[in-house]
Amino acid sequence: MAEMDTSGGGKHKKGPGVKKGKKLSTRVDLTPMVDLGFLLITFFIFTTTMSQPTAMRLFLPKDVDKPEEQNKVKSSAVLTILLGKNDVIYYYEGDDPTKVQTSNYKAIRDIVIDKKKRTDPKDFVVVLKPTQDASYKNTVNILDEMTIDAVKRYAMVDISPVEYSIIQATEKANGVK
Amino acid sequence: MPKVKLPRKSTAIDMTAMCDVAFLLLSFFILAAKFKPPDNLAVQTPSSVSTKIAPEKDVVMITIDKEGKVYFSVSDANKSQKVEIIDAVNTAKNLGLSAEEKARFSNNPTSYIGTPFSQLKSYLSKDPDQLKGVALGGIPVRDTLNNELIDWMRAAAGAFQGGRMNIIVKGDDASKYPSFQGVINAFKKNDLMKFQIVTNPVAVPKGTELFKINEATGTKGATD
Repeated sequence: MAEMDTSGGGKHKKGPGVKKGKKLSTRVDLTPMVDLGFLLITFFIFTTTMSQPTAMRLFLPKDVDKPEEQNKVKSSAVLTILLGKNDVIYYYEGDDPTKVQTSNYKAIRDIVIDKKKRTDPKDFVVVLKPTQDASYKNTVNILDEMTIDAVKRYAMVDISPVEYSIIQATEKANGVK
Repeated sequence: MPKVKLPRKSTAIDMTAMCDVAFLLLSFFILAAKFKPPDNLAVQTPSSVSTKIAPEKDVVMITIDKEGKVYFSVSDANKSQKVEIIDAVNTAKNLGLSAEEKARFSNNPTSYIGTPFSQLKSYLSKDPDQLKGVALGGIPVRDTLNNELIDWMRAAAGAFQGGRMNIIVKGDDASKYPSFQGVINAFKKNDLMKFQIVTNPVAVPKGTELFKINEATGTKGATD
């Protein structure tokens, strides 16, 4: 290792009277400095947040009171997805909430795709209705699912009391607390 | 056989170059590191396939914590807007806030509002250090008749008028839907139809529709 020369000047060679400056080696042992440098590098690598949070855009439709201004959809082309308690999904096709079926966040993809294939693309609409028991994560997940499944038209709508009571009855029958 | 004498080489290496590299990297990482401001509200955000980076300027952020409490904050670069917001709310709701109390909101870079109007004066009269660890009630949003976020959003929309306002919702995984619904209602009441949800990026699952579209167009993640 390179070391700093700190030893004494040694003997005078040029005889007495001639003073010669001590020749110190300029080489310094850099090992500890390098150690420290890499330690700090590791620290900063670990603390740097590499993945920045992303943002999902959402556009809300305007609430219209007049029925003639509301969007009309064919009931046969509608898939309604209800978000229930404990990450359970209920869904039905068309406009009959009594035909509700149970699903989960993994299986819903196939259901959406299946419905999409069977329906005319220009009519196909997914209606999302989170219940008050659904979590925020559920809501974002299902919105993300719409992006993943490339569903062009979907709407988030408040749940109707009829649907909610059906879900509650189903949950009771399935023993969901 | 005669012994082959290997020339003795010194084990000392010149460390200067290595040292240079080490400190170059060090300075890069120090400069590149962005320290998060101390976040008083710990929120676990859900994940999505969206690849758009969340904006940082002109942000009005609505935070929903895991208990479903709602907080309102404005990015610290928009100080003039913060002043306008707190002034507008003060006048609209007759809160009688003093200049000092208003300054607590507008001058503090990490300030956020997490109390109903009724408690706002006492909340702002305290020093931010005193409020550390104190549980706040959150802005009431669940009651449709008493959704106080509507007033906050109206003040924010007025303050950002003419400019761009990025509304960001940052919600916790565990919070329930009614809080989110209340927040959405507050946006709708003010005709603020565009907003963004903060998420953690995840890769698009293979074999899905979006995956196929992205493969065909050569893009990554969701485009919007």
